Amino acid sequence: MNRSGLSAAALICLLLGAWEGAVRIWQIPVFILPPPSQILETAVLQATVILPHAAVTGAEICLGIFLALATAVPLAIAMFAKPVLEKALSPFLVASQAIPVFALAPLLVIWLGYGIASKVFMAWIIIFFPITVSLLQGLKSCDPEYRILFTLMGSPFFKTLALLYWPWALPQFFAGLRVGVSVATIGAVIGEWVGAQQGLGFLMIQSNARLQTPLVFAAILWLTAMGLFLWTLVGILEKKIITWKS
Amino acid sequence: MLQVTDLAKYYNEQPVFSNFNLHLPASRFQVLLGPSGCGKTTLFNTLTGVTPKDAGAITWQGETVPHLGDLCAYMHQKDLLLPWFSLMDNALLPVRTRSGDMAAARNRSGQLFLRLGLGGYESHRPDKVSGGMRQRCALVRTLMFDRDLILLDEPLSALDAITRQRHQHLLLLLQTEFGKTILMITHDVDEALLLADDIFLLSPMPMTVFRRFSLKLPKPRAFDDPELLHTKAEILNHLEKGGVS
Repeated sequence: MNRSGLSAAALICLLLGAWEGAVRIWQIPVFILPPPSQILETAVLQATVILPHAAVTGAEICLGIFLALATAVPLAIAMFAKPVLEKALSPFLVASQAIPVFALAPLLVIWLGYGIASKVFMAWIIIFFPITVSLLQGLKSCDPEYRILFTLMGSPFFKTLALLYWPWALPQFFAGLRVGVSVATIGAVIGEWVGAQQGLGFLMIQSNARLQTPLVFAAILWLTAMGLFLWTLVGILEKKIITWKS
Repeated sequence: MLQVTDLAKYYNEQPVFSNFNLHLPASRFQVLLGPSGCGKTTLFNTLTGVTPKDAGAITWQGETVPHLGDLCAYMHQKDLLLPWFSLMDNALLPVRTRSGDMAAARNRSGQLFLRLGLGGYESHRPDKVSGGMRQRCALVRTLMFDRDLILLDEPLSALDAITRQRHQHLLLLLQTEFGKTILMITHDVDEALLLADDIFLLSPMPMTVFRRFSLKLPKPRAFDDPELLHTKAEILNHLEKGGVS
């Protein structure tokens, strides 16, 4: 492990230690704030309870990411290819970000029901924007001298896209995807809070109502782990694909 | 042979150039030399069809063409190699984009790699080789365009003295070894003097050719050649007056 990794681990240990100590010294009731040791214990021992919910939330997130990729990539490319389209659509894109997505969650439940669809849609809305914007920026950042080179080679648009624009935009695309997957959990959980029969968000609401605070924290721990896992996965994928130095 | 007759381009009704004429015989190295902002880039873009021309005719080998975009190869002071492709894949780009015969092109490109001292580096990425090798790879790519006319856009001006010397030899190869016809556009007097058979001085607003120099000195040339220095003084004198005499 490198130095920054070591110091981060040391900081986490210190914080968790302080938390654990504080809970024990002041004898804080478990339903208000459980100690980290108990949260970890619950997360592991109650895995059979948590796991099915985590699987549902995970599926919602993955579907949301997939849907966002399937729509954001073609849209960004279309907006890049036709500046008219970008001019027409960008106000809507910006406006869509001004809408507090949390406020949409109850409506989505009305429209799409208590099932998985409303959560996937919620995750999709949240992930879609960063991917579209960063991919578009990446495509537009291509050096004009390279464009002239390809123009003079008589390269058709989709060939230039595959050989020049797309690889050029990849670092920014991955930056957007990283942001997207790290906020994807938010979308899914909010969707579940508003109305669901399963999922980690549902489990949190249920446990919260029953004052099973350790289980609430355990669910948060699982969510965090899933977010971190996706984030790391994107990082690994990026390293595997972008093997060159620009 | 390239013939440009009465070429015109306007911006907001103002001519960047109008009645612009140029005659470029085959296998010759001609340089358009003008101060920054005289419209060189606009001329370059109009000739290549990046922006449409407003009037005038361009003929190549006796045939009238809309622009030179499909007829010329392009070389820039930057090597413009794509970092995600190997040197060989970079050199083959012009063939790949026009869906040409890749096997034959690979063969030819391989021979050019050997000729230019790039043998054994075909599968290396550009960031793994020296700047000089990158430039030679860009030269192979220029040749793989398979076109007789080559446009050079300020190919040496941003380079340091040593790189510039090396690059100059490389550009001359295009003419001497591969028999290309070359049109270079630049604001740099020195690079014009080192490479040109003919130098056309440009004046701004609207851009016109106001003076022509032919250089008979053999190439490669040395910076300190007395005849070169004499011509340089004369050119600078003319440019300073900006054609107003």
